[in-house]
Amino acid sequence: MRGEGALTGEDEKAWFSGMADLVRLTIDGREVEAEAGTLLINAARKAGIEIPSFCYYDGLTLQAACRMCVVEVEKAPKLQTACTMPVVKDMVVRTETPQVAAARKGVLEFLLTNHPLDCPVCDKGGECELQDMVFRYGAGESRFTELKQHREEQQWSPVVYFDGPRCILCFRCVRICNEGMGVGALGIVNRGARSQIAPNRGDHLECDECGMCIDICPVGALTSGTYRYHTRPWEMQYTGTTCTHCADGCRTTLSVRNNRVMRGNNRDRSGVNGEFLCIKGRYAFDFLEHPERLRTPLVRRHGRLEPASWPEAIALVSGRFREVRDQGGRFGVIGSSRTTNEESYYLQKLARGCLGARNIDHRRSGDVAALLAVSQRLATTRDLYTAPAVLVAGADLSQQHPLVAFQIRANYRHHGARVYVANPAPTREDSMAAEVSRGAGLAAVEALGQKLAGETGLVAVFGDAIQGAEVARLVAMLPASTRYVPLVDAANSRGALDMGLAPDLLPGYQPAGEAGLDLAEMLEAAAAGGLEVLWVVGANPLKGGGGCRAFLVVQDLFLSETARLAEVVLPAAAAYEKTGSMTNGCGEVQRLKRAVAPSGARSDLEIMSWIGRQLGWELASPAPETIFEEIRRSVPGYQVPYAEFIAGAAVQTRPSPGSSAGSKKVAIRSARHTLFQSGTLGRYCAVLGAVPEKDLVKVAV
Amino acid sequence: MYNQGHPAEVRLLTRRFGLADSRSLNTYLAQEGYQGLQKALQLTPEQIIEEVKASGLRGRGGAGFPAGLKWSFVPRSSPKPKYIVVNADESEPGTCKDRVLIENDPHQLIEGAMIAARAVEAHTGYIYVRGEYRYLIEILDRAIAEAYAGGYLGESVMGTGFRFDLYTHTGAGAYECGEESALLESLEGKRGIPRIRPPFPAVVGAFQCPTVLNNVETFCAVPSILLKGAEHFASLGTRKNGGTRLFCLSGHLNRPGVYELPMGFNLRRMIEEVGGGIPGGRKLKAVIPGGSSCPVLKAEETDLPMDFDSLQAAGSMLGSGGVVVMDETTCMVRMALRIMRFYAHESCGWCIPCREGTLWLRNLLDRFHAGEGAARDIPLISELAQNMLGKTFCPLGDAAALPTISIVKKFREEFEAHLAGRGCPYGGG
Repeated sequence: MRGEGALTGEDEKAWFSGMADLVRLTIDGREVEAEAGTLLINAARKAGIEIPSFCYYDGLTLQAACRMCVVEVEKAPKLQTACTMPVVKDMVVRTETPQVAAARKGVLEFLLTNHPLDCPVCDKGGECELQDMVFRYGAGESRFTELKQHREEQQWSPVVYFDGPRCILCFRCVRICNEGMGVGALGIVNRGARSQIAPNRGDHLECDECGMCIDICPVGALTSGTYRYHTRPWEMQYTGTTCTHCADGCRTTLSVRNNRVMRGNNRDRSGVNGEFLCIKGRYAFDFLEHPERLRTPLVRRHGRLEPASWPEAIALVSGRFREVRDQGGRFGVIGSSRTTNEESYYLQKLARGCLGARNIDHRRSGDVAALLAVSQRLATTRDLYTAPAVLVAGADLSQQHPLVAFQIRANYRHHGARVYVANPAPTREDSMAAEVSRGAGLAAVEALGQKLAGETGLVAVFGDAIQGAEVARLVAMLPASTRYVPLVDAANSRGALDMGLAPDLLPGYQPAGEAGLDLAEMLEAAAAGGLEVLWVVGANPLKGGGGCRAFLVVQDLFLSETARLAEVVLPAAAAYEKTGSMTNGCGEVQRLKRAVAPSGARSDLEIMSWIGRQLGWELASPAPETIFEEIRRSVPGYQVPYAEFIAGAAVQTRPSPGSSAGSKKVAIRSARHTLFQSGTLGRYCAVLGAVPEKDLVKVAV
Repeated sequence: MYNQGHPAEVRLLTRRFGLADSRSLNTYLAQEGYQGLQKALQLTPEQIIEEVKASGLRGRGGAGFPAGLKWSFVPRSSPKPKYIVVNADESEPGTCKDRVLIENDPHQLIEGAMIAARAVEAHTGYIYVRGEYRYLIEILDRAIAEAYAGGYLGESVMGTGFRFDLYTHTGAGAYECGEESALLESLEGKRGIPRIRPPFPAVVGAFQCPTVLNNVETFCAVPSILLKGAEHFASLGTRKNGGTRLFCLSGHLNRPGVYELPMGFNLRRMIEEVGGGIPGGRKLKAVIPGGSSCPVLKAEETDLPMDFDSLQAAGSMLGSGGVVVMDETTCMVRMALRIMRFYAHESCGWCIPCREGTLWLRNLLDRFHAGEGAARDIPLISELAQNMLGKTFCPLGDAAALPTISIVKKFREEFEAHLAGRGCPYGGG
């Protein structure tokens, strides 16, 4: 084969020799400076010069396959691809000459030879990179008069559809699945013009169903099964909010039309997750419109739950609460790992201050308190990507915390981070691990011995297998510079505990005076008649059965097992129907922004403050902003900058060194949700129930 | 028989062809076999490389890159292991020389690879053999086994303590795997897609380690260079184009075959004397000088020396030495179509211009040759080929574009003769 245009040995040597740290070059007549080793395409972009590309994608391996990014480089015999050329001292580059434009137009004309004229019906219309490029370089009229090769569209999974003729073979999908996700469910078969993207099971996919491939596809070759043919991108409004499922705290930008969420993605790369979203963040918003959504309050009459009006239901609840309070009766309050910080804060304040309750708790999934009592060194989501070393102890990240998994994988790929895994069974992280210690809990970490001793920038991620006194031992065992991520299950599990939804802790991990009953004790007492009122907000503690002889009030989206036993059920708004703040597993506070209006339901905050008002409680009609201000003023660790928070940034909490671990030994256990489970809420997400993988995966720890 | 012999031949690489049992180790040893290696084992790596540089040996696969210079790029001080890879993926249409070299004198190839190993301190080598050459693998494996048994391969080559292991490896039917970086990908078990270059295989090659990768014929020349000296090899050819070269004469010839001739041998003499001229006394129309990837030459352009530099000056290439002779009965439109069918079939599909361009051109030429073309198609063929030339990820795009552009330019009247309604003047189909 010919070697025309190949660089000679001298250039080759120059390519490998060390160059000055900062390189000066000229792009389109402008002097630009870039770090040695920077790719020309990135140096140009940093200088505000956009060089188009299909196959080059930041974060994925280089290809130089599409030939769109070609530029003129003085002294080079032919056009060079900017995506593979590192900056060279004194190089002179021109990115938009007639020769370059002609080359790009030629590429587009070639691409369009077999690309079907589907724009009127293709989902991607309006946000299609091929459309954009053709508009820019004008290959709209083709000279192609041969026959096109047609292939039928295929459905590869409930959420992934593939249209072969539309595919431009940029291979972004193959790379994001293989490199980004570590799944490798997409590949290439055949060669030449017969090349095709193929799913790993021949005619269908078995994968994480995350949808990364669909959003990364520049054209409409990969489309979403739940969004197809619904609408046009310019007909929707976009609201960036925080995902309501796991504790990773991904930004999901919901595309809304006529008060309906049509799709979720994060293509604007805002939030801590960049473009990453898993199936839950991307697709599992469909619970919003589930037919069983509670739309009116329910009140038990003659043994049956019957619809009632809001004033009626609230009057019933507040009336009963007042009675019980005035008679010195006992309240049990079970809060939620999904309500906002404002709601959790308000609930415990109302319970403690107005109802005189000390029995307050929520379902605990990770021992955050034990950590904060001995170390307040928290890692951010970004630290997971930049740290030189990461320890994963007792977690199946790709199932339970897919953003954490994604960050660590990207860190390993881009920076060669050393990953240490201490798990009882194989997980996806094993394939990039420098060391794998097989075992459970702290013992598995201990077995790594001296290997961690030299790590000065370690981030330690640990699950519920390390709790109680073991957390202090973990901290003592690891280098003093280590930062931690104590994993918890749900979107606001951290907020619930930070805001003091615990029998022995006040907001900000201040010790409560006398500890009340914890969750298990409350359920026991309620069954035995030891509580007069059990108030359950956004939780399903009686899912497994057990009776309740207390006056049970439940706030929820659905008629859960617990709600079925209630005296009063109050329909609550979902996370995407309200505004507030939530704290992710790394301790970063992020904004929850209302995307759609609830129909019939009200936010938990509205419900609780209405009850409070009826009880003469001072917090009259609080807005989330007002409560957030109070949290910032008075909750240790939550002195976060407001301007950045309100602008959408993730602001990390700084727990106080005086944090208490609490005085009670409480049951702490992760529910071990897979990618396709999300507690009670997940059962109402049709998409999670539709994917065949849900029956195939389980959490390995 | 690989040819009918001709006195103009200078049989250096082919000197053992035709001997009884020419493949066997015994025959090889009786004919100066492994003596070049013996010499090389007494020299330093630098000395071997200097000798090969001085010989003027240029890559015989097609690119013609100076072999000694390529070997000198290997960073011998690197802690990574070095590899020798023999490119036996001979797939360039018109080329069949590596096949006869392996068929008739496999030990010569082994010896050449080992001398290269000594030059870059490599201890492992692979011979990547085209999948269609299955029967050659057996021949090579037998020769390799003989070499091991005789102490010419293994832990201590010829008792010197130098270790070298050699393996054969098959391709699976892809022309693109003759491209050096795609070959390495295939060797590593991946799709045969070329790599981004730089870095080049000399620095980052097989298994990301420094690698010397050369064509079969290139390696086969090395023992003679060591044995008879660089001067001798260089003197057989022309300035900067040292040595002899195996020319594969095919097409409309009385005596087709593989002939070893000095570099710089006149092409017209090659056709008329060595190849025996055109059957039936018909007239020469065109010649492919070095495999189908080269611009074609018209009959009046064939009075030139066959070496890399002269061909380049004439606007074509020496390439792989595949000389295809076409007489006046040849339809040049059909030839363009035949060539494009090959490249469309073989395009790996990685980059847009080659993948879509070769298919478009094939379909266009198909329709055109069948008589359904329009006048505007003729300039379109050249423009599409130009849109591929120099714009693809690897030279396959150029290989498809160059002959096409040359045929349209030099035989435009034949295209006009095919225009709609008139069919193929040569009988079509």
